[in-house]
Amino acid sequence: MIRNIIIGILVIGVAGTAYWGYQEHREKTAVLIHAENSYQRAFHDLTFQVDLLHDKIGTTLAMNSQKSLSPALADVWKITSEAHNDVGQLPLTLLPFNKTEQFLANVGNFSHKAALRDLTAEPLSDKEYQTLKALYTQSQDIQNELRQVQHLVFKNNLRWMDVELALAAGDEKADNTIIDGFKTVEKTVEGYSETEFGVANLNMQKKDENFKYLEGEKITKREAVNIAKKYAGLGEDSEVKVTENGKGSDYGFFSVTLKNSNDITASMDITKKGGQPIWYLLSRDVEKQVISLNDASNKAISFLKENGFENLDMFESAQYDNVGVFTFVTNENDIRIYPDAIKVKVALDNGNIIGVSASDYLKSHHTREIPEPAITAEEARGEVNPNLQVMEQRQAIIMNELKEEVLCHEILGTLGDDTYRIFINAENGIEEKVEKLKQAEQVYEDVV
Amino acid sequence: MKTKSLPIKLLIITVMCLCLFTVSSDEQIVSAFSDQVIQHGAVGDDVIELQSRLQYLGFYNKKIDGVFGWGTYWALRNFQYEFGLPIDGLAGQATKAKLVKASKYNKQFVKEQVQKGNNFTHYGGTDLKKQQKPAGGGGGGTPAGQGQQATPKKPTAANVPNGFSQNDIQLMANAVYGEARGEPYEGQVAVAAVIINRVESGTFPNTVSGVIFEPLAFTAVADGQIWLTPNERAKEAVIDALNGWDPTGEALYYFNPATATSKWIWSRPQIKRIGKHVFCE
Repeated sequence: MIRNIIIGILVIGVAGTAYWGYQEHREKTAVLIHAENSYQRAFHDLTFQVDLLHDKIGTTLAMNSQKSLSPALADVWKITSEAHNDVGQLPLTLLPFNKTEQFLANVGNFSHKAALRDLTAEPLSDKEYQTLKALYTQSQDIQNELRQVQHLVFKNNLRWMDVELALAAGDEKADNTIIDGFKTVEKTVEGYSETEFGVANLNMQKKDENFKYLEGEKITKREAVNIAKKYAGLGEDSEVKVTENGKGSDYGFFSVTLKNSNDITASMDITKKGGQPIWYLLSRDVEKQVISLNDASNKAISFLKENGFENLDMFESAQYDNVGVFTFVTNENDIRIYPDAIKVKVALDNGNIIGVSASDYLKSHHTREIPEPAITAEEARGEVNPNLQVMEQRQAIIMNELKEEVLCHEILGTLGDDTYRIFINAENGIEEKVEKLKQAEQVYEDVV
Repeated sequence: MKTKSLPIKLLIITVMCLCLFTVSSDEQIVSAFSDQVIQHGAVGDDVIELQSRLQYLGFYNKKIDGVFGWGTYWALRNFQYEFGLPIDGLAGQATKAKLVKASKYNKQFVKEQVQKGNNFTHYGGTDLKKQQKPAGGGGGGTPAGQGQQATPKKPTAANVPNGFSQNDIQLMANAVYGEARGEPYEGQVAVAAVIINRVESGTFPNTVSGVIFEPLAFTAVADGQIWLTPNERAKEAVIDALNGWDPTGEALYYFNPATATSKWIWSRPQIKRIGKHVFCE
């Protein structure tokens, strides 16, 4: 009797487990298929976009009228960005596919820049035309390689999930047609590295100039530690760790970490040349607000003065919980230099400086020759939307879309409920930048 | 043990309820600004009062949300202009005194509305009862009296770094927490900075979500750790990174040398090491 009952229970148990296992298996398959499908979609979409890219570049080559060239180049730009998105959805991060991505980025930058430009006034130069031609042939090669991979995927019924597993496992030996195919594409592109994108385009790839304006002597490790100690004020007994930058950095810096007996940590990167603070952070809990944002901003101002940062305007201030963050920009003869930005973070419990970010400032701060504006403030106001109610106006230097510094008339104004910051080029009256200034965002719930 | 803790819990709950009642009855006492100078970007009670008073006089016609944004700034400047004060956009002692003199502030009414999350206004010369309506649509179901719903004295908006939403911050905080919760604070800012560097770089997707969900890019995404609930620290690290702090020296990649499986990642030029992670170009 008992034996029968036990057998019965076991049978039910086995059957139940089998059923459960089957369900689990089905669910897993469903999830896998879903993931596979999204990979497949991204991949086939990518090959399609590259086809399209090739065709579009081809048509721009054939175009004579500058009027139709601008929209066509804008299309090229759009296609590269879509192709780029597709690459981003494929599990290629562990595969050296970045040259191809770089290629797409370069084509995108080139076409974007050219499309923005007034081509009637400044048509494509011979050199740029040659670049376009080179891009045309290169995109054809990539197109062919990708089509080859696509063909193999169809023919051999290849699965992207296998690629992902092979890559994640670091299994280099696995014979995987997709991986090999993409490696071939990458090799093909590698050969193009020398394509000339024109002088201005270099700026887009390399926006930072590696602190070339820094002045002063090289500092030693010991001096770096002293600078960090002065910033952190954690006391003499704090534990110190200093390291130099790795080989991959484009500039020299020391990283200093200080830790005091209360386990408060301050870290800082300091340039070797001149001993300037690239960034500084002190990490501790700021539980309550004691001083006002205004007091905190005064603390930030005197802190910057003490550390040799001068002629600054406070440009933004914002409170995040019990911390105030302030942005300062250089003010040279009443002209704001926006690329020279420096940020300071102040704890609102005791007013201590708990963060500095000066890399933008250090990279761009130098003595500039500021030209006289060709158009007056009055004329600049005439260039903005007539519905805008102008509230404030000044001159400013900004970095425009082409990553060049330009002198502008800055106009702050309101339109409806929104506040806008508009930059009108002081040389030619072009609207360089229109920014809608962020309002505080409604709290949807207690986020995080 | 168990029998003991129950009465204690009850006691705590009763005390909390009592506190809630006392808080709301306290608000009937009329009080004006604290002595701080209120400036652009500030958050809190004084800002709520400032907005309410400016609205009473008709200078401010947006939502009273407790965050000193551009709308409040222009309203304050207009007020200073009309009342012959120096126009600096700061609510200092003189400005506040003028405001208090010229306007009325029904603190209890405003606080109540803010607490309930109602849409309301605070114009002078109009009956306040006509100036409130409950928060729109489906959310109306939650009775405001419930203890856990009430988050007293809290602004209904928050500052966010330009160009990013609270949802972006949330998503990044998830990623940072999943990837680097055991790391020093600096290392958490660094992971957030890498995400931003990737968004800005031409060779990666151009959105925060695109970068985070790029397959195999982050282990925390692959193994589901991204869906752990992040702590405040992770969120603060994200806000620092969005505000421009980059401890990585513009790194685009990082890896943990102890667990990295890809050989290729070792070939990237290394910039520095923070905690367990090596950051590279």
